[in-house]
Amino acid sequence: MSPGRPAKPTIVFAYIVRRVIAAIALMFVVSVIIFSIFYLVPRLAGASPETLASRYVGRAATESTVKVTAERLGFYDPIYVQYGDWAKGVVTGAEYDMGPVTEQCPAPCLGYSFVNRQPVWPELVDRIPVTFSLAIGAAVIWVIFGVSVGVLSALRRGSFFDRFAMVIALAGVSLPIFWTGLVALFLFSYRWEIAPPGGTYVPFLDNPFEWAAALTLPWITLALLFSAQYARLTRAGMLETMNEDYVRTARAKGLTERRVVTKHGMRGALTPLVTIFGLDFGLLIGGAILTETAFGLNGLGKYAVEGIRANDLPKIMGVVLVAAVFVAVANLLVDLLYAVVDPRVRTQ
Amino acid sequence: MMSRRTKVLTAFAAVAALGLSACGGVGEDDGGDGNGNEDSGAAAEFNSALTEVFNPSEEQGGTLKMGKPGDWGDTVDPGETYYGYSWNFTRYYARPLVMFNPVPGKGSQEIVPDLAEDVGEPSDGGQTWTYTLKDGVTYEDGTEVTSEDVKYAVLRSTDKETFPSGPAYFEALLDLPEGYQGPFKTPDMDTDQAIETPDDKTIVFHLKQPFAGFDYLAQLPQTAPVPADKDTGAKYREHVISTGPYMWDTYESGKRYVLVRNPEWDQSTDDLRKALPDRIEVQLNMNPNDVDNQMISGDLHMDIESIGVQPATRGRLLNDPDLKAMSDNPVASRLQYTSVNPTVKPLDNIECRKAIQFGMDRSAYVTAYGGPIAGGDPATTIMPPTIPGHVDFDVFPAGETGDVEAAQEALEACGQPDGFETNIAYRAERPQEKAVAEAFQQSLERIGITANPKPLPQGTYFTETCGLPPYVVKNNIGMCLNSWGADWNDGYGFLSQIVDSRVIRETGGSSNTSVRIPEVDEMLDEALAELDDAAREQLWGEIDRRVMEEAVIYPGVHGKVLLIRPQGVTNVFVNESYGQYDFMSLGVENP
Amino acid sequence: MTTTQDTSAPVPSSGTGPFLDVRDLRVHFPTDDGLVKSVDGLSFHVERGKTLGIVGESGSGKSVTSMAVMGLHNRANAEVSGEILVDGKDIVSASPDSVRRLRGKRMAMIFQDPLSAMHPYYTVGNQIIEAYRIHNNVSKSQARKHAVEMLDRVGIPEPDQRVDAYPHQYSGGMRQRAMIAMALSCDPELLIADEPTTALDVTVQAQILDLIRDLQKEFNSAVIIITHDLGVVAELSDDILVMYAGRAAEYGTAEHIFNEPEHPYTWGLLGSMPRFDRVRSERLLPIKGSPPSLINVPRGCAFNPRCTFASLNGDLSTTERPELVESGPGHLVACHLPVPRRREIWRDEIQPKI
Repeated sequence: MSPGRPAKPTIVFAYIVRRVIAAIALMFVVSVIIFSIFYLVPRLAGASPETLASRYVGRAATESTVKVTAERLGFYDPIYVQYGDWAKGVVTGAEYDMGPVTEQCPAPCLGYSFVNRQPVWPELVDRIPVTFSLAIGAAVIWVIFGVSVGVLSALRRGSFFDRFAMVIALAGVSLPIFWTGLVALFLFSYRWEIAPPGGTYVPFLDNPFEWAAALTLPWITLALLFSAQYARLTRAGMLETMNEDYVRTARAKGLTERRVVTKHGMRGALTPLVTIFGLDFGLLIGGAILTETAFGLNGLGKYAVEGIRANDLPKIMGVVLVAAVFVAVANLLVDLLYAVVDPRVRTQ
Repeated sequence: MMSRRTKVLTAFAAVAALGLSACGGVGEDDGGDGNGNEDSGAAAEFNSALTEVFNPSEEQGGTLKMGKPGDWGDTVDPGETYYGYSWNFTRYYARPLVMFNPVPGKGSQEIVPDLAEDVGEPSDGGQTWTYTLKDGVTYEDGTEVTSEDVKYAVLRSTDKETFPSGPAYFEALLDLPEGYQGPFKTPDMDTDQAIETPDDKTIVFHLKQPFAGFDYLAQLPQTAPVPADKDTGAKYREHVISTGPYMWDTYESGKRYVLVRNPEWDQSTDDLRKALPDRIEVQLNMNPNDVDNQMISGDLHMDIESIGVQPATRGRLLNDPDLKAMSDNPVASRLQYTSVNPTVKPLDNIECRKAIQFGMDRSAYVTAYGGPIAGGDPATTIMPPTIPGHVDFDVFPAGETGDVEAAQEALEACGQPDGFETNIAYRAERPQEKAVAEAFQQSLERIGITANPKPLPQGTYFTETCGLPPYVVKNNIGMCLNSWGADWNDGYGFLSQIVDSRVIRETGGSSNTSVRIPEVDEMLDEALAELDDAAREQLWGEIDRRVMEEAVIYPGVHGKVLLIRPQGVTNVFVNESYGQYDFMSLGVENP
Repeated sequence: MTTTQDTSAPVPSSGTGPFLDVRDLRVHFPTDDGLVKSVDGLSFHVERGKTLGIVGESGSGKSVTSMAVMGLHNRANAEVSGEILVDGKDIVSASPDSVRRLRGKRMAMIFQDPLSAMHPYYTVGNQIIEAYRIHNNVSKSQARKHAVEMLDRVGIPEPDQRVDAYPHQYSGGMRQRAMIAMALSCDPELLIADEPTTALDVTVQAQILDLIRDLQKEFNSAVIIITHDLGVVAELSDDILVMYAGRAAEYGTAEHIFNEPEHPYTWGLLGSMPRFDRVRSERLLPIKGSPPSLINVPRGCAFNPRCTFASLNGDLSTTERPELVESGPGHLVACHLPVPRRREIWRDEIQPKI
């Protein structure tokens, strides 16, 4: 390949296709694993179809109620048939008997919550914007805040600012979001009443200002954790990069220190952060479980918690698969983005 | 007044207590924090809303904001509800034949007519019950409610394939034809032998056997009428057709519900509901600690769950006089107890079971549940004092902390003078149960019994472990911690699910895990047929004693709950039938 | 204390007056373990059109010296004293910004490992353009044209294509050429090459050295070549400064160092240098021992623990530090051996062996 040329579009396209196929294979494996954990493992541990079905009926349900429920949920079928039914629903959609009516669950029917009597997919779609709103705002805050603190700390290594910032960062990394979230709510919403109470969410398209106002507290809480992490990573990266030969070269060229730091130092130090950021963001979309729970935001993470609490497998399957998709997409984007920011990767 | 800094520190301290046990807090509070509700009419005191209506008002309007930690536990379809809060809540939009009188104090034990003109009229020695519907009750679309709709509502609720979460009393008691599977699967089957509707206003229930407490069944939301042509089975929960003062506006599963005024509701047909707010909003899946905080700040008017405040909040409420004055401590009609499994050796010998009864320190049981306010009173009977028929007795008097000598004697009689080893199971997610299991361990150690606490997951506690008879035998689980609340405040409601041996399923899933006394089964049947209230209630007390004599249940605590009295809300009182604030009586202050 | 006369550095060879004149340079680094005296009283000078070679083992202070000349030491952790006169202007006492303006414009540097010394994320052209535009107010396209010219000048084929390539797409020799192009982009009057060929293979080494020599002639700049390899300086240098433990051991013209070296350390360096121009009598004569710690420099002559001839001076070598003094015109040596004696040793014992 001639030097300096980016990869040809066809090669990039083939690469993406390959990655997408790998991601679909990953989805398959993930779904089999989750399915096994919730259906096969209890069966192997000696649970009967009736014991499984007991989870979905009232506590005082009669034996026959349990039996019809087990029948209805297909628990008497072999596990691969059950998985096959589920997988078929994903591809072709499925129908569910509601008594006098039949409910259609169009493809991709990621399952049907027997607890809520709701198909999982529309609920997931409904919750993605909440999680995405939470993640995007927090990400903006933590990147700006974490990176600038990290850079300043590295440049003033050993100064009071550096030590102070790193102590705060350590605290930020160590404090559980569940706790910081409650403290934040307690102080800002109930004590001083300058933030809306927990559980407030206004869609962006309804009113962007209220959207931001309602999410500010969760953003900051979530960003606190990540800012701390990113400040530490940035600081370490900057310290390493500022000792690189190429930074010395930049200085030898007579560049101003500001330009040395911003153009040469930060470019080197922040590039590896792209990877970490992509993965963090992908995982976060898959479910900021603690933040959503602490602030009562109806996002994917909380949906998963509801599913786990109610033993509602289709919900859990849905969230895990959607999360896996986001992580896979984030991975792909990170790899593509890395090729943009790091020319050494591009030509390989 | 506290300085700003003190306030912040206090706030931090309070939040820092989250997750810690509540019994530790010795708060030195200067009491200067103006957090009381000076703007409400009556002077607020601890337990102000137990025996009378707090902050009474007739003012209409406003939005009542309710919240629920976690998702709605069952459904909002009156045909498929089992939680007390669901029964409390469905009355906003569903009118059953009769209901518990919505008044504070003992008055709520009385059953009063709602959709019907009067309470049930028994005949055939209690095997047939007749109700007559009020005139002029309509659905939200203006159609008049008929007795056929009530019949349909009851019948559909027996279809447990479609409505698995609801109570199964009707299909157990009604004289339904063989093979009846509900109106969806067996629409053409004649069900008149079970329920007759001789005219549009009359409905007659025919039972398989006499059942004296049928009015208790008729107060279930299952008797609220459902128009057959609007029924969508399991999806009906998304829009229940209202007969009450409110109708469904928004149903977002797992997120929020909104009820608005039902223009077709006629106050003249309904002397039980005040219908004060214009709008009722329910937010689901809230964080439990957040719910408490919002209740205190007044951002939220009602915690639908109503099972008592979180441990962190409890410390705050009890230590701050201002906060304590805005809370109530009603009896919950709930028994915290331990099943002593006679299927597990050597507990098959009654003397060994007696050793446990005598050996345990009951005061530790109360402490584990948070002491006399948050936990409740020490229990020596199964039935709580709120249930008619309750007799105060103690079959195994052992003082406050146990009678080691009597326990020792029982052990010798059992042929195990040196004690034995067994396991005591509890739900891993419940710290109180863990504390009780450890208290058992320590108490029984005094008489040589080694009881090893064994945490088990809550989700499968009844279906796969403690409620699964072969499991307890195989794993030598001599005792299972347990908890029971009455379906309603009546001996049958309280006892049937936990002392009737016929509810035990070998495949697991029952709340009764240890009581297998044929004589008790017979006594239950006898009481069911007793139409005389006083005689019936006496029988409940005898059953209670008979079960205790077998020493298969160790009663620990008759529960109480600590509730935050809603702020900015009028007409607040605890309805003893639910052990919760009466939702449908609440109004919004200064709407 | 000074190494030579207080007034001016010695002038080993004639010229038009030094472009760079370093006087009594000291660079000390305070550390937790003690004061590291990386450079401790060093003086030298270079004129335009001339080349000075600075030779020594790793840790002798060569690179620290070059960094000091470029003003690249961080004032927060390095104590720099003495005088560094660039065209008569002292940069030790000058403001950081005024020194920055000199860097890249009037003095430039070529680093040892061109792969790590060039930024991996920017194209070669970008990096040359950047160097040029800081000091010259020109448009991007003009600067790019200049960069292509520079690449052409240092012998990069297809420079108009290569200008857009990244450093990793170049071969090692090409990268060093690009590095040189970058250094020379502003026509610097002083060029410091710090181990310019160490990372390259032998055939490429020669090409690069030729290039530096050719370019020096073309630009008439003063050049300092820093290396541990006497072979490199032999080809290029007019003058040679031999450093040991932060100080000058011997300083003279190339002829002095190669033909009449007087310091035992220089003899050691010459003995360990492979020579292709004559048949070697014996195997290489490496210097025994290893360079001293710069925190605890040996008392007396820093070289005494490794010096075969230290015993010839009584205890002088371990008690008193030898000063750098002229042993002949323009030839300075810091050694306690009497001048006739060391010339004798060179003639009789050392020279025949190498």
